[in-house]
Amino acid sequence: MECSFGLTGKDYVLLCSDMSAGRSIIRMKSDENKIKTLGPHLAMAYGGEPGDTNNFAEYVERNMRLYHIRNHYPLLPESASAWIRRTLAESIRSRKPYSVNLLLAGYDTTTTKPHLYWIDYLGTKAVVPYAAHGMGVYVSLSTMDKWWFNDMNKREGVDVLKKCIDEVKKRITVHFNFNCILIDKDGIHHIDIESEDPITELESQQPKETLVDAPNPPLDIGNVGVTA
Amino acid sequence: MSRSYDRALTVFSPDGHLFQVEYALEAVRRGTCAVGVRGSSCVVLGVEKKSTLQLQDPRTVRKVAMLDDHVCVAFAGLTADGRILIDKARVECQSHRLTVEDPVSIEYITKHIAGIQQKYTQSGGVRPFGISTLVVGFDPNDKIPKLYQTEPSGIYSAWKACSIGRASKTVREFLEKNYTENLERDDSIKLTVKSLLEVVQTGAKNIEISVMESYGVITHLEQSEIEKIVATIESEKEAEAEKKRQRLAATQAGQASMAMGSQAVSGTQTPSAGGAAGEGEGHATVPGGESGVQ
Repeated sequence: MECSFGLTGKDYVLLCSDMSAGRSIIRMKSDENKIKTLGPHLAMAYGGEPGDTNNFAEYVERNMRLYHIRNHYPLLPESASAWIRRTLAESIRSRKPYSVNLLLAGYDTTTTKPHLYWIDYLGTKAVVPYAAHGMGVYVSLSTMDKWWFNDMNKREGVDVLKKCIDEVKKRITVHFNFNCILIDKDGIHHIDIESEDPITELESQQPKETLVDAPNPPLDIGNVGVTA
Repeated sequence: MSRSYDRALTVFSPDGHLFQVEYALEAVRRGTCAVGVRGSSCVVLGVEKKSTLQLQDPRTVRKVAMLDDHVCVAFAGLTADGRILIDKARVECQSHRLTVEDPVSIEYITKHIAGIQQKYTQSGGVRPFGISTLVVGFDPNDKIPKLYQTEPSGIYSAWKACSIGRASKTVREFLEKNYTENLERDDSIKLTVKSLLEVVQTGAKNIEISVMESYGVITHLEQSEIEKIVATIESEKEAEAEKKRQRLAATQAGQASMAMGSQAVSGTQTPSAGGAAGEGEGHATVPGGESGVQ
């Protein structure tokens, strides 16, 4: 019982995931964060077999960090998606495969382009402008088909996301709480998707406060800057 | 003879030496110098940087490396060995985070590095790492700066201020003489630069300074900043030397006047002896005058 969406805009990408944790029809938790920040401009929303999901997400997180420390630059979304896909592809051919589906969202600081990847536990990767995993697939894809268009600004993107969430609330009997982030050139920001105008709220915040749980202070060695 | 005991690494010589490990220490002594100084709330790493060739990209030649957000390491010895050891340590930092969800403590990672180094003194088909390292940083949830040193043999120890590499003994003695407890940030940096200047003749352009002030807050000083510090140190040294010169001149003048006084006194007492002395002086000036002409 899970549900996650992602969509790209002109110079940002939105990622949204439900916050429930439980087994079968029982919900044990409704404030579980199922979005992991993997770098200054990279995050993923994951779902699947509980346990596998956390393990895999942390494994990816640490490997992304290791790459960053070794090379002084974070892995770009394109390369990160290839690495994650390959890891899952190798995993499913192993004795104990990870059963994890994920949406990988990133902002490429070198080309200033947003990226969204749909990846599943079989090791399938698709480059997509908008995508969903879990329950939401059945009702939100058609909504996104209708309302998504190229080069949307942040408000338009959030509006589409809200439409998807409304659709989920209307059509799916399970109640979800949603957790939403936006990645742009300044990094990763939390968005309160329930509020009237999340983008105005976001813009009124100090840039520093919007950083998601400040996972790692950015590495900056010598004159080689990390961000573009 | 003793030659045969350094064929295989794992063999002791009869007097209990592992020659290869001692040669590794020699490789460290030939490496560029690195200094670490622990202040009251910061820790400073200073390294002697080989001047890069004209067409070389200086950014690719590094002697200070981050292991994690809060751990920084400098090494002396074989750079290639350093790269491998640093990579192993970086993997361990992330692996530690993955398994226990906590960043490594400085002692833990030092012990790990020293452990790897020790392993390479006791395994077949390998040679020891030809590097010593200085590991600095802050433990998570702690404000106390840490400084550790490791050696090729696998020894590790904690220090207040330490030096490794070329002329490390001179620098260590300098630090022993000049280190005081609870140094402020600027004083720690100054002491580091000063101690490095003991061995780095070329000054600021061959010095690299990194300062860690708290967990994850690290700054690498710009060349201009280091130049400024070197300049103040030099002007201080100059002032010190000037003072010394003046003092010396004053004492010399005092001695001279005293000698003059005694001469005058002796002159009055025994005129003949005074005249002889005068003649002697006259002779002494003659060769000097000649050499001046030539």
